[in-house]
Amino acid sequence: MTPAFGSVTVGDALPPLAYSVTRKQLVKYAGAAGDFNAIHWNGRVARDVGLPDVIAHGMFTMASAGRIVTDWVGDPGLVTQFEVRFTRPVVVPDDDEGAQVELTAVIGALDADARTARVDITAKFNGQTVLGKARATVALSG
Amino acid sequence: MALNESFVGKAFPYHETYCVGVEKIREFARAIGDENPLYVDRDAARAAGYPDVVAPPTFAIAVIMKAQDELLFNPELGLDFDVVVHGDQRFVHHRPIVAGDELTSTPFVDKVRSAAGNDLISLRTEVTDPEGRPVCTAYGTLVARGAA
Repeated sequence: MTPAFGSVTVGDALPPLAYSVTRKQLVKYAGAAGDFNAIHWNGRVARDVGLPDVIAHGMFTMASAGRIVTDWVGDPGLVTQFEVRFTRPVVVPDDDEGAQVELTAVIGALDADARTARVDITAKFNGQTVLGKARATVALSG
Repeated sequence: MALNESFVGKAFPYHETYCVGVEKIREFARAIGDENPLYVDRDAARAAGYPDVVAPPTFAIAVIMKAQDELLFNPELGLDFDVVVHGDQRFVHHRPIVAGDELTSTPFVDKVRSAAGNDLISLRTEVTDPEGRPVCTAYGTLVARGAA
C-alpha cells in the first residue's frame, strides 16, 4: 500500500535497510547495466589508477539506496525524481562477506500542492557516508 | 587537457532505439538485490495498472549507456576515460519506464569545466518514446581525476 500523503510528517524515519555487496554482485551488476569498467571487478586495474581496491559502481550504490524508498512506497513507479552525489567509494574486498552498507532515510520535505514527499537518504560504509544530497521525490496517494 | 568547449550546448542523438525487455528488467532488479514484485512479476505489474513489469528508478542508466558512451569516447571531446569517476547523477521520471518501451536517447553536453586539477563534464540525456514524448531526463557529472 502506498502511504497516504496525510499520514506522513517531515522527520518521519523510513524502515532502515542494510546490505552486503560482494564482487560477484558487482559482476552481475556490470552485466545488467552494461558497465564493464574494470575498476569494478579487477583489483589490479583499480590499484593501478590509485584506488584502494575494487570499488562498487556508483550506480550500484545509488540503485541500492533507492531500495529504502521503493520498499517503503511499494510501487517504484511513484518515484518521480532521484538524485545523489558520489562522495566516497564503497571498497569491495575479495572475500565472501563483501562490504556492508547501512541505509537510513527520513522525510525531508512535503509538497502539499504536488502531493509529493522528498525522502532524504543516508548511506554509510565503514561508518562514513558514501552519498551526498541523496534525495528521492515520491508521489503519494490521497 | 581541457575538454573541448565546442561540445557544450550540442545534442548528440543516438542512432539506435533501446527496446526495454522483461528479462533485462528482471536481470537488473536481481543484480541490485531487489525483487520488488513489480520488477519481476508481470501479473503483479498489470494488477497495479502497468502494461508490463516496471523498471527500477535507476534502470534508465542502462537505457542511456550506449548513447552517453558514444559521446564520451568521441576523441574530439578530449576526455581521459582511464581516470573517470562518477560525480553525481539525477533522474527525472516523466513517467515510469516499463517493459515494451522503445526509447530514444539524446545526450547534450550542458557544461565542461576544470576544477582542482580535474576535468568535469555535465551531461543531460533526454529519453523519449516513439512519438517524441518525454519519458526520463538523466543528468550526470563525470570527473576525470587529475586530467586538467
